[in-house]
Amino acid sequence: MVNLINSIFRKLTSRTECLKYPFEKRELPEGTRGRIDIEIDKCTFCGACEKRCPSNALKVTRDPKSWTLNPYSCIICGYCIEVCPKKCIIAHKEHYSPNV
Amino acid sequence: MIRRNTIPFGPQHPVLPEPIQLHLVMENEKIVQALPAVGYVHRGLEKIAEKKDFIQDVYLAERICGICSFIHSQNYCQGIEELMKVQVPDRAKYLRVIWAETHRIHSHLLILGLLADAFGFENLFMRLWKVREQILNIMEKTTGARVILGVCAIGGVKRDITPELSEYVLRELESVEKQLPELADSLLKDYSVKQRLIGVGVLPKDKAHELGAVGPVARASGLRMDLRETGYAAYGDLDFKMVVEEAGDCYARTVVRVKELYTSLDLVRKALQRMPQGPISVPVRGSPPADEVLARIEQPRGELNFYIRGNGTRNLERFRVRTPTFANLPALLHQLTGCELADVPVIAICIDPCISCTER
Repeated sequence: MVNLINSIFRKLTSRTECLKYPFEKRELPEGTRGRIDIEIDKCTFCGACEKRCPSNALKVTRDPKSWTLNPYSCIICGYCIEVCPKKCIIAHKEHYSPNV
Repeated sequence: MIRRNTIPFGPQHPVLPEPIQLHLVMENEKIVQALPAVGYVHRGLEKIAEKKDFIQDVYLAERICGICSFIHSQNYCQGIEELMKVQVPDRAKYLRVIWAETHRIHSHLLILGLLADAFGFENLFMRLWKVREQILNIMEKTTGARVILGVCAIGGVKRDITPELSEYVLRELESVEKQLPELADSLLKDYSVKQRLIGVGVLPKDKAHELGAVGPVARASGLRMDLRETGYAAYGDLDFKMVVEEAGDCYARTVVRVKELYTSLDLVRKALQRMPQGPISVPVRGSPPADEVLARIEQPRGELNFYIRGNGTRNLERFRVRTPTFANLPALLHQLTGCELADVPVIAICIDPCISCTER
């Protein structure tokens, strides 16, 4: 316990470790798997993503043309992004905001 | 006069990170018998695995545990690769070691922090978890997620570590290594900490063997068992040295975990430096044949076994999980017998219980 006393003095002069969220937001690194989205113009509604989704979070229909993601079921694994033949499914860096 | 009564310990208890109930039969302050009651977080994962595609099961296997998730998916992938006779590229094996060892570091830091919290040393708990945050940042930067990495795939891995990222990881590891001695000294040399850990929850070597203890619990009792010595993935090329202690008490288990932190840091560094160039995955075609395999891997808590049986279709016939905490429960009950009630939290934390894995 004694050797941690030094750290008290060190910490008095160093910056705080925590961020003042929500005023100061954390910078997410490139490549973070966050919110899943679609560029609907490119989508051919083939249903490959729906078939492979491990948590059955996707629903794709051809008539009418619709692509729906249930954000509560989605586990953000990124499998749909891999299998999409048109590469129109994307993962944003940020996650769903807590108030959504 | 000796009074015998039963105290239910858990499933909600400040020191328990996950729900398990221990019925402690007491004689005054001494425990004469401990009986576990599990089943609070059973999710039926083995049955779900039979309904899903064998590739979807990689994501499922990863979600068996929320702490050593990558190692679960690695073990599943290694099992399926053995079943389908897939040769994984060397670079993928090194990348798997890097992420598995970072997972081991963060798991050990987590449990050492919880141990510090269990014996009332909250400052040390926060300091250890602050260091753990750097490890989580490494994982986030290299894979895109902090704990559930989702980068292991059948036939290799999904993401590569670029030279710039490799430099970043080495820098962070150096920073972690600089901070560790101070924290390790607080954990291992402090008088009051020693009073709480030395001679508590002793598990002799013969008893550890008899009860089938695994991982740091077995190694702290002098049993030389660590599957990384078998050289799976790229461990065979990284001069891995096992950490073994003899005392078999809570202090020895803590020493094993602290020393393993350094071993893992060393392994990640060596893997980054020796990683060969080349592809990171190979395409996998077809389905698992009608055959069976027992996949084994060293998790932060000990040996993890997956029994996988295919049937020639894309669905598995059977997927069975045996986790290290399940193997360590008889050893925990033995350690609890004869100890005092005040020592129960420390002993329970020292086996590093992961109940979600155990109940699947």
